[in-house]
Amino acid sequence: MSKAINFHYVVDGDDFTSAGEASVDIKRKLRQLGVDPAIIRRVSIAMYEGEVNMVIHAEGGTVDVNVYEDKIEMILSDEGPGIANVELAMKAGFSTAPDYVRSLGFGAGMGLPNMKSYTDDMKIDTKIGVGTTITMVVNLK
Amino acid sequence: MKIRDIKELLNADVLCCEEELDKEVNSACGSDMMSDVLAYVKDQAVLLTGLLNSQVIRTAEMMDMVCIVFVRSKKPTEDMIELAKKLDIVILTTDLRMYNACGRLFSEGLGSSKVNGDV
Ligand SMILES: Nc1ncnc2c1ncn2[C@@H]1O[C@H](COP(=O)(O)OP(=O)(O)OP(=O)(O)O)[C@@H](O)[C@H]1O
Ligand SMILES: [Mg+2]
Repeated sequence: MSKAINFHYVVDGDDFTSAGEASVDIKRKLRQLGVDPAIIRRVSIAMYEGEVNMVIHAEGGTVDVNVYEDKIEMILSDEGPGIANVELAMKAGFSTAPDYVRSLGFGAGMGLPNMKSYTDDMKIDTKIGVGTTITMVVNLK
Repeated sequence: MKIRDIKELLNADVLCCEEELDKEVNSACGSDMMSDVLAYVKDQAVLLTGLLNSQVIRTAEMMDMVCIVFVRSKKPTEDMIELAKKLDIVILTTDLRMYNACGRLFSEGLGSSKVNGDV
């Protein structure tokens, strides 16, 4: 299948203030491409959760969004600490976020389950001390 | 109800996007946890919050919300207002606390619509 369009973002891990910029931008780009608003919302929420996770739990990373004819694929890659127990991390309410993160409005342990529920497919590749790559797909048809 | 009605009911100041005050809104939600907004909110057009950072604006944008009300006299920074302007999100600030602000809007007919998990 031919790749239609790629958007690449570098997510700064040192600056919480900017966390979410890439997701705001992708939302604008997908609107320009004329993608259905309901799909745009699912893609942008899932990516936003992943982007915030990269800033809070890793030291930032990269996001690639590939828009195909029949699906939108998001690949979020970081070189953070990795996730020790993916099954546990996927449980609603599980969070290792420190208190300061909760004072910023995050850290309820809802991000990963939310990413799963807003996408049609989600795969987590993670290794302790090496990093985490999360691939999510939202079908267009 | 219109965003303009919210402004009046809450005695709120408008910090940006004044030209959007005639937009119709049907439901609202109140939360200081953006995690919960992202996970449980569905189709609410207005976010009331006591949290003050750029993620409030971005979270609202992700949820396609059109108006943010900062309660307890919270004043957003220039950067936050600029961001909201760019995204066409009306920013209101009120002296009211969360409970009172939500209560006034709710009793005037601004509901919470359907929230995931509500029975
Ligand atoms: N990119 C990542 N690198 C390392 N650990 C991660 C990463 N993403 C998630 N985690 C781990 O998985 C846990 C659950 O993530 P999830 O997004 O569901 O919740 P949270 O980020 O803690 O809170 P919330 O998303 O509600 O703000 C995190 O607390 C963290 O321990
Ligand atoms: Mg998270």
